[in-house]
Amino acid sequence: MRQEGILQHSASRLLGLIPTLLVLITIAFFMIRLAPGGPFDSEKILPPEIKANLEAKYHLDEPLVKQYFRYLGQIITLDFGPSFQYKDWTVNELIARGFPVSLTIGGLAIVLAFFLGTLIGIVAAMRQNTAVDYSLMGVAMLGISIPNFVVAPLLILLVAVYAGWLPAGGWDWSVQRMVLPVVTLALPAIAYIARLTRGSMIEVLNSNYIRTARAKGLPEHLVIRRHALKPALLPVISFMGPATAGLITGSVVIERIYSIPGLGSYFVQGALNRDYTLVMGVVIFYGVIIILLNFIVDILYAWMNPRIRYNEAQ
Amino acid sequence: MALLEVTGLQVKFDTPEGEVQAVNDLDFSVKHGESLAIVGESGAGKSQAVMAIMGLLAKNGSATGKAKFKGQDLMQMSRKELNNIRGCEIAMIFQDPMTSLNPFLTIEKQMVEVITYHQGLRRGEARAHAVEMLRAVRIPAPEERIKQYPHEFSGGMRQRVMIAMGLLCEPSLLIADEPTTALDVTVQAQITHLVGEMRQKSNMALILITHDLAVVAEVCDRVLVMYAGQVVETGSVEDIFYRPQHPYTQGLLDSVPRMDRPADDELHSIPGNPPNMMDLGSGCHFRDRCSKAMDVCKDDPPLQVAQDGRLSRCFIAIENAGMDNSERVASGTDSAEDSTETAE
Repeated sequence: MRQEGILQHSASRLLGLIPTLLVLITIAFFMIRLAPGGPFDSEKILPPEIKANLEAKYHLDEPLVKQYFRYLGQIITLDFGPSFQYKDWTVNELIARGFPVSLTIGGLAIVLAFFLGTLIGIVAAMRQNTAVDYSLMGVAMLGISIPNFVVAPLLILLVAVYAGWLPAGGWDWSVQRMVLPVVTLALPAIAYIARLTRGSMIEVLNSNYIRTARAKGLPEHLVIRRHALKPALLPVISFMGPATAGLITGSVVIERIYSIPGLGSYFVQGALNRDYTLVMGVVIFYGVIIILLNFIVDILYAWMNPRIRYNEAQ
Repeated sequence: MALLEVTGLQVKFDTPEGEVQAVNDLDFSVKHGESLAIVGESGAGKSQAVMAIMGLLAKNGSATGKAKFKGQDLMQMSRKELNNIRGCEIAMIFQDPMTSLNPFLTIEKQMVEVITYHQGLRRGEARAHAVEMLRAVRIPAPEERIKQYPHEFSGGMRQRVMIAMGLLCEPSLLIADEPTTALDVTVQAQITHLVGEMRQKSNMALILITHDLAVVAEVCDRVLVMYAGQVVETGSVEDIFYRPQHPYTQGLLDSVPRMDRPADDELHSIPGNPPNMMDLGSGCHFRDRCSKAMDVCKDDPPLQVAQDGRLSRCFIAIENAGMDNSERVASGTDSAEDSTETAE
C-alpha cells in the first residue's frame, strides 16, 4: 500500500510535467525573439546578402510560428541545434562540456550546505535564545546578506593571495581548485538552511507530540533524532529542490571570478549575443532540471510524510 | 508513606509582559492506588503544576519546591534520572489526542520505543506486549492497527492509544491532563470509564486534571480545587460535592447543569474573571468574585483544616469549623440552599 501510494503519486506528477515544460519552451522562444537585435548583428555591419544567406541557412527568414514548430520538432529528438556564436559547436556539445563542471561544484556545495546548515540549525534550536543561538544566527544572517561577488574576492584575497593555501582560480578537476568556489557557493545556502531548520525545529520542539516523547522518558538525543528531525526537515527538503537546481546549473558570478568553464557563463554569453539556440537550449535544460528536482522533492516529501502518502493513495 | 508528595510547589513563567506566577505554594499528596482529581477554571495552574513535576514545563517556565515520588525528589533529579521515571513509573496522557501522537511514526514505533528503552526488551517481545495493551484498551484488530499512523485513528481511538502507551510499563501513577476535553461527548464517557477501569485493574494511582465534575464523581476518591495557582479546598469527593465549604467550590458545583432543575432554569456561572496572574496582590484571590466576601478577606486566608478533616482556604470555612457538630450540619444545608438561590 505504501509503495503503491508513492508510485501513483509519482506517475500523476510526471504527467503534469509535460505541459509545464511546453509552456516554458513557448514563452522562452518568443521572449528571446522579442529582444531587439539578432544573432548576426555586430559592430561590423554585414553586407545584406551575406546576412540574408546566414538567416536562410538557420531558417530565420521563415515566419516566426513556422520557426517555432520547426524548433519543437527538432527538440523532440533532443537536438538543440548548432550554436550561432560558437561556430563548430552544437548546443548539446556546449551543455555537455559546461554542465559536468557546474554540477560538480554545485552538487558539492548543496551537499555541504544541507549537512552543515541543518546541523547549525538544530544546534541553534536546541540552544534557543542563548548566546550560541544568537551568534550562529547572526553569522547566518551575514551569510545571507553578503553577496557572493563580495565573498569570492575576499576569500581569494585571504586564502589564496595572502595565505597561499589554495589556488585563486582556474579549473583542472583537482580538489584544491574546487574548495573556494564550492565554499563560496555553499555559504548563502548554509545560512539559509540553518535559519530554516532552526525555525521549523523550534516549532516542532514546542509541539505536543514532542512533549509526549519527553513524557515517555526518552533521552533528548532520541527525542530529536527519532521524533523531531523528520518533521523539522520537511521545509528544508522543499527548499532543496529549487536550491539544488540553482546551484548545479552554475553561477555566472562564481564561474567568472574563479575562471571556471561552467554552464553559467554560456548562458549569459548566449543571451548577450542573441544566440537563440544556445539560450533556448540552456533554458530548456534548466527547466528540465528544476522540474525534475521539484519532482524528486515531491516524492521525498510524500515518502517522509505519511499523511500526504495516504491521501494520494486513497 | 504517600506515593507522591508535593510541597511548596511554585511555578513561574517569564513572559514579555512580566513574570506570571502560575502555581503558588501548592501542597498535595497522592497515596498508592488513590485517585485524586484536580479541578478549577482554565488558568488555575492545574496543568502547569503537573508539568512542573514531570519536568515538562515550557522553556520560559521555572519551578521550585519538592515533589517526592517514592521518597525521591523529582525536582532535584537530573534529566537522566527523571527519564528513568517518566513514562515508566509515572505515565502521562494529555488533553489533545489529535496532536499528542507523532504523526510521522507508526503507532508501533511509538509504543515499542517505550518498552525497549525502559525495560530493554527485544523488538518482537515489545511489539507483542504493545499489541496486548492495545487490546486491553479495546482497540479492535490491534495487530493491524498497530502498523498504522495516528491520522488513521479517530480522536477517541488516539486517546486509547495514549492510554495504552502510558500503561505499557505498569506505572504506579498515571497523570491524565484533561483526557476527555478535546473529545466528542459520547466518547468522553468511554474514555473516562476506560481510565477508571485500567486504574482498578492495575491498582495504580491517578491524578486526573479536569473541569468536568461529573468525571470526578465517577472516577476519583479525592478532590483538590485550585484557584489562581493555589489550593482553595481539598477533601473527599463526598465532602466536596455535598458539603462544599469554599464559595468558589460552591460556585463550580452550581455551574454544572443538572437534570433535576427545570429545563428553562438559567445556567449558573461565577461572575467575573480569574485574577491577573501577573499581579495577584494579597488577600483572598477570589474575593472580587465572591458573593460572601467580607472585610477580613483582604487578609490572606490560611489553608486550614475545616470540618471533616478537609482543608479549605476561606475564613467562612474556618469559622464553621469552630462550631459544634449540630450547627455544622445545619450550616452545611444552609450553604447548599444559598447556592441554589444564587442560581435562580
